[in-house]
Amino acid sequence: MSALAATTAVLHRDLRRGWRRRGDVAQPLIFFALVVYLFPIAIGPLPETLRTLLPAILWVAAVLATILTLPEVFAADHADGSLELLVTSPHPLALLVLGKIAAHWCTGAVPLMVMSAALGTLLGLDAATLAAIVGGMALGTPLLALVGSLASALTVGLRGGTMLLALITLPLYIPVLIFGTLAARNAALGLPVAAEMFFLAGLSVLALTLTPFAIAAALRARLG
Amino acid sequence: MKHLQEFLAMGGYAVYVWSAYGLGLVILVWNVVAPRRRERQLRAALATRPTRRPQP
Amino acid sequence: MFKRFHPYASPKHFHRLAQRLSPWLFGLSAVLFAAGLTGGLVLAPADYQQGESFRIIYLHVPSAWMSMFVYLVMASAGAAGLIWKVKLGDIIARACAPLGASFTFLALATGSLWGKPMWGTWWVWDARLTSELILLFLYLGYLALQSAIEDRRAAARAGAVLAIVGVVNIPIIHYSVVWWSTLHQGATVSKFDAPSMATSMLIPLLLMALAFKAYFLAVLMVRARCEILAFEQHTAWLRAELSDERTS
Repeated sequence: MSALAATTAVLHRDLRRGWRRRGDVAQPLIFFALVVYLFPIAIGPLPETLRTLLPAILWVAAVLATILTLPEVFAADHADGSLELLVTSPHPLALLVLGKIAAHWCTGAVPLMVMSAALGTLLGLDAATLAAIVGGMALGTPLLALVGSLASALTVGLRGGTMLLALITLPLYIPVLIFGTLAARNAALGLPVAAEMFFLAGLSVLALTLTPFAIAAALRARLG
Repeated sequence: MKHLQEFLAMGGYAVYVWSAYGLGLVILVWNVVAPRRRERQLRAALATRPTRRPQP
Repeated sequence: MFKRFHPYASPKHFHRLAQRLSPWLFGLSAVLFAAGLTGGLVLAPADYQQGESFRIIYLHVPSAWMSMFVYLVMASAGAAGLIWKVKLGDIIARACAPLGASFTFLALATGSLWGKPMWGTWWVWDARLTSELILLFLYLGYLALQSAIEDRRAAARAGAVLAIVGVVNIPIIHYSVVWWSTLHQGATVSKFDAPSMATSMLIPLLLMALAFKAYFLAVLMVRARCEILAFEQHTAWLRAELSDERTS
């Protein structure tokens, strides 16, 4: 089997598992919606305040929901021992890991974007702002998944892993949060958003080229 | 004496300047004291524990 | 490979070397601190805008420089441990982390104490302060990871990966925070951007920076000795060394 075929096999396996556990995949979405709805309850249902804060709320809630899904990237494989097989397989680990992350992105980030679009519309965001948020997420969430998977690899099998994972990951998510929310802010003011989008895309491409190797090293460090 | 008082007053910013330097002193001293204390504890623990099989 | 042409890279030799070096380094840093503090607190004239409060700079700026320098040292040492399997790299990296965190905390606290009289608030979302805060969180994440993994070698390898990723990310985080703060606040008057510093103010600053460097190396020796004890506690050489010390 070629390395690419092995990677797609990993991707398909994780996607199928995601589909089998649809309920588990839906939980972060419910969490996301709950966090978003906590804000109107906490700050009061004033439409004006809410509309200015909503892009930031959506982004922060999306980041938090992503963090909660991160242990899942490697936890199941670690529990049933298939992670060891992955690490010892003859194919380049960085590539195989990329298959897992792609599957995680499809089952985690894509539904989150749909949910953001739905919630944004429901809470009265204008189309331009909404497009900037969802577009920003489309370009920024690959980085969230990649960097988050690195933290997931570093903390795999540790007690209290999720809190540790959040501690490690959140500082590294700040650039995406900055450019994502700035794009939404600019869009709300009718300003161009191209610069922020390019930055998000650039950061994701950078993460895509570098983090798979770091994740491979991290898995070897934890399991080797 | 007057010079010393002027020096300590720091042109009215005494609270900020001296608390910054006080904090700096505390942190710099703590950085030295903490590992020394830990080293003593480790040595004590190693001395009381029976020797395990030594690795090359 | 590294070990062959540098015997001090072995923990055993470094253990002795560190003990011999640390008093000299402490002495050097004491002299530099004395000179820098005299220059900064007594000899340098008060700033014409900020008055005497600018004297916090002699603590704030060197510790901010150190906070980044120590992260670099930590990542490089970790990389040496991860890639070339230099044991000493693992030890140095782990010894660096609490020191770097303490310098970062000092830089933040003194920045806050300086900001209160200058800006009227303890905290301003200035780009440098914000990225310094993020650096503190990077250090805390590293420390949390180290304490969560029981096995020291595995912890060192995982920590090295995290530190290297952190080094790649620090400039990205810094420039995105700069971008963010300029868009949110417009042009802020940065207290650091003195167009040209008088020589009598600059020399103490450089002396303090050197004093912090010497102090860091001195404390690093103490911490590294402590880490060697923990890392090598089951090795024969350490047992022999400890029993030698007890009998003598």
